Parts: sequence; C-alpha cells; structure tokens
Amino acid sequence: MTRANAPVLPDGLVVFVKRECETCRMVVPLLGEFEATVYTQDDPTFPDGVDAMHDHDLSWSWHHDIETVPTLIRVVDGQEVERTVGWLRADWQRISGVADLGADLPVMRPGCGSMSVDPDLADSLEATFGGHVLKSRRIELAELDDEMEAMFDRGFTDGLPVVPPTEARVLRMLQGTHRDPHEVVAVVPPDLVPVTVEKIAVNAVMAGCLPEYLPWVIAAVEAVCTDEFNIHGVLATTMPVGPVIVCNGPGTRAIGMNGGGNALGQGNRANLTIGRAVQLVVRNVGGGRPGEVDRATHGNPGKISFCFAELEDSSPFSTLAVSRGFAPSDDTVTVFAGEGPRCIVDQKARTAEELANTFAACLRTLHNPKLVLAFDAVLVVGPEHARVFADDGWDRDRLLTELHTRLQSPGRELIWGAGGIADGVPPHLRDTTLPKFRPDGILLVHAGGGAGLFSAMIGGWANGAMGSQPVTWRVATSGSDRMSA
Amino acid sequence: MTKLLLDPTGERRVSHRERLARPTSLHGQVIGLLDISKPRGDVFLDRLETLLQDAGAKVLRFKKPTFTKPAPVDLRHEIATQCTLVIEALAD
Repeated sequence: MTRANAPVLPDGLVVFVKRECETCRMVVPLLGEFEATVYTQDDPTFPDGVDAMHDHDLSWSWHHDIETVPTLIRVVDGQEVERTVGWLRADWQRISGVADLGADLPVMRPGCGSMSVDPDLADSLEATFGGHVLKSRRIELAELDDEMEAMFDRGFTDGLPVVPPTEARVLRMLQGTHRDPHEVVAVVPPDLVPVTVEKIAVNAVMAGCLPEYLPWVIAAVEAVCTDEFNIHGVLATTMPVGPVIVCNGPGTRAIGMNGGGNALGQGNRANLTIGRAVQLVVRNVGGGRPGEVDRATHGNPGKISFCFAELEDSSPFSTLAVSRGFAPSDDTVTVFAGEGPRCIVDQKARTAEELANTFAACLRTLHNPKLVLAFDAVLVVGPEHARVFADDGWDRDRLLTELHTRLQSPGRELIWGAGGIADGVPPHLRDTTLPKFRPDGILLVHAGGGAGLFSAMIGGWANGAMGSQPVTWRVATSGSDRMSA
Repeated sequence: MTKLLLDPTGERRVSHRERLARPTSLHGQVIGLLDISKPRGDVFLDRLETLLQDAGAKVLRFKKPTFTKPAPVDLRHEIATQCTLVIEALAD
C-alpha cells in the first residue's frame, strides 16, 4: 500500500478527501466526532472548519497509494494497519471506534477517484516521485529543441522517428514487467554492454511499444544475445540478415499480435514495435550501427523490424514452439537470423504431393541452388496452402519429411563449376547425395490471411555452431522464469 | 524550462589508447597473421608470409575458429603476448 521513500503518516486516524467529491462532502461533518489528520487534495480550505493538511503536490496521496477519496486509514507506530475507501458505514464505525458514526447516512456510498490517479496527472506524478528509480543518464533539451530532431541528431534512431523516452513514458513502460528495472538481462554485442530492464524499456518506448509488449521485447533481447544466436555475427555480416522473431502462445492474442492477413507486413503495432525495439537495443546499447560493425552489403527492410505471430488457432499443424519443446500454453519467441521473405506461388496444386513439389523447387533456390547445408529457412505456410496438406492428412512431420526427401541432390550437380556456375560444393563430394537443408533446417510456421494460395520462405544465414542457431525463449510475464531451447 | 529524456545507449565510457608508433623496419619484427576462417584467406596470407619473411620478419600464423564470431580471448592474448605486429585477413 505504501511506496518506497513515503513520508510517514501520523499515528492515529488519517483521512484523504477532496471538495469535488460528493461522498467526501457527505462524510466530512463526521470528522468532528473523532480525532483525525485530514489531507485535502484540491481545496486547502476544505473541509470547512477543519485544520486540514493540503496535499498540494499530491506527494502524500501518491506515496500512500490513495486511489479513492475518501480514504480512512488507521496508523500505529508509523505503519498503516487498516484502511477503507469510499463510505462503508460499518468500516468507518469499526476503524474510528465510534459505534454510531454516521448512523443516519446510507450504508455505503462509493467514493471518487483520487487526484493522484487522475489520468492527466498520474504519469507526471510517477516521474516526479518515482523517477529516482531510473538510473539512465538524463539528456537535457532546451525548451525550443525539437525532441524528434534531437533523437536523430544523437544517432539514436533507425532512420525513422522515435517516441522521445521521457521519465514518465519509461516508468509507464516498466509497469509491463515485474522484473527489477536494474536487473541485467543480457550482454549486448558488438560492444558487449550489459543491458538492464530499464535500458530495454527506454528503447521500447522509442520503438512505440505498449507496456504489455515489454516482456516480449525482453525475451527477444535475451534470445538474440545468446552465444547460439550470435547477434554479433548476424549484425556484422555482409549478408542481408537480421533477427526474425516468430511469436507463439496465447499471449500473442492477448497483446493483439497479427498472425493473419499481412502478418509479415505493416499495420500491427505489436508486431512492428517489438521487432523494432530489439533492433534499437542492438543499435543503442550494443553499438551495432550500419557502416560501423554492421557491414551488410544490401541489408533488408526487415532489419528495421521483422516480428510476427504464428496463426495457431486455425492451424492444421502443431506450432513452431511446440515442435521446439515448449507447451501450447507457453508464450515464446523464436529468433532466426533471416533475410526478407519471398513468395511461393502455387494456385493449381490440389494435392499435398503437388504442393510439396512446388515448395521443394522453390526452397532449393535459396541463396544459390548449388549451396547446400549452409543455411536454414523459415517456411511460412499460408492458410490456403495449409488446407491442401490438411485435406490429404499431412501433419508438420509428414510435410517436413516429404520436403527433405525432395531436396536431395547428386553431388555432381552441385560441385564447383557444374552447370556453368562457379560456386557450389568442393569436387570431392561429386559422388555423394547431398540434402539442401540439415534435418532441422526448415522451421515451419503457419501464418497469413485466409485468401491466397501463397506461402513464404525466409532464407537464413550461416547455420550451426559456426554461425547462428535459431533460439526459442520463454516470455516471462511474471518474475524471471526463463527457459531456452 | 528544460525537457528531460533518458539516454537509450549503454553509456559506455571508451578508454582512449594511443596508437603504437609505426615501425621503421620490418626486420626483426614478430608478425602475427590472423586467418579469420573465410575461404581463401590462406591464399592471401601464404603470399604475405613469404613477402614478410623476405623482409626479415618472423611470421606466426593464427586462426579464428569461425569468421562469424569475435576472436576468443585466449587467442587474442596469445597474439598480444607473442607478436609485435598483427595482420588480419578478410577474404572470400
């Protein structure tokens, strides 16, 4: 009930009121019947005839978490031992010790909102009284400075405007997690800087996140900063890859993520800002900026943000997260070092066999048809394509098995120079049969709109222990339980 | 009235280090050649090794386990303690 560094309430009975509140006006005549310290929020002369303390900056109300007026509190040895809000006759009689207090008043009457929780004031009060918990350096701007331009000038943005991270906004963002603002979440490459929950919140504000997205951003930052994912290499590479974030679990629906129409595109705040926040953390905290450690030849638009939810409810397949060892009830992020999506078109296939043939033919071309085993892929199966597989009884495992079977190639077609193409595999592999992907190298996800016989594939980067491994991380919506796979 | 924003960076304080003086001669220098494990980096470094040895330098060869990650601390320490100069080869 009482916040840190709160001024100590006087022993005895304490009442918070404001003149604007009808219930307060109803109860103040009773204040003559017992001893109490009265705090008035709006009018210093209220209640008439009572020598009240004027809580002019609402410090007492904020620190003692007054949400409703009137509030009656009993304090013993500086500690609150009892409180009631609004007018509940039985409570007031018990706490005041006056047995017939307000006998002629109604049994109960709800109170009014405390000024300290007025939406117009709450953020600034939070910043004024709670801002000391924020450890980040303060950047002071003159009144005539344009905050948006100031953020650009300091190199804090990804090329798009960011939301200025004021104390009030960052404190509000931190309400999205139970984790301590000062907890170090990860060490962010390339500068290997420890990042706290607070620093992630600052960047999440800038990205445009709502507080309820913060646990997802934190999980994704944790996932990309693992040695397995290797964000250092993903950032530094000349290839056009960045973290692609696939979200699973009931929480994706709770925060309004999009796994349906245009899931990989624009228009959904959660999708766009979660992915963007992760990239801003890498940029601002890790120091990973294009032209510096980021050496991408072309890059891709997904390096601003590439984050979407799996469309789970209507999927004929088990989810990506379940295939990676998590429960359907878990909220997870899976991070994949990927390029931009490419469309797989087949509007004629009506059997799973036919459609698998198309998928395999397209997947074979990934990066270079003659390069095998070097790259993984995310295969985003659209709902209309998924239905074709479901109609023939193919589940996730069957589809992946069929694809891997179709994606075998004779070494002689892949060796350096074969087909007039210099790149490929070394000549000693001429007489072998080589798969395009390693056994777990296709990550199948169900997403997309209800109309359109299309799917999408997202090519990866150098895979395995020598490059980047996909990492799935549980989103901690409370406490700091965590798990990776 | 001023507006306050929070610094989104890691607030790192970078220590300033002076560059070493450029060597006047390669003769007698111990030069580390670091192969980052990109294809054909060795072709480039083999040629450099010959040229440097001809110039009177002693050459030591080192290799990162993978080009995708920074050189391990132990490898960096080894190079720092054994060499007076280092050349890192980017190649493809």
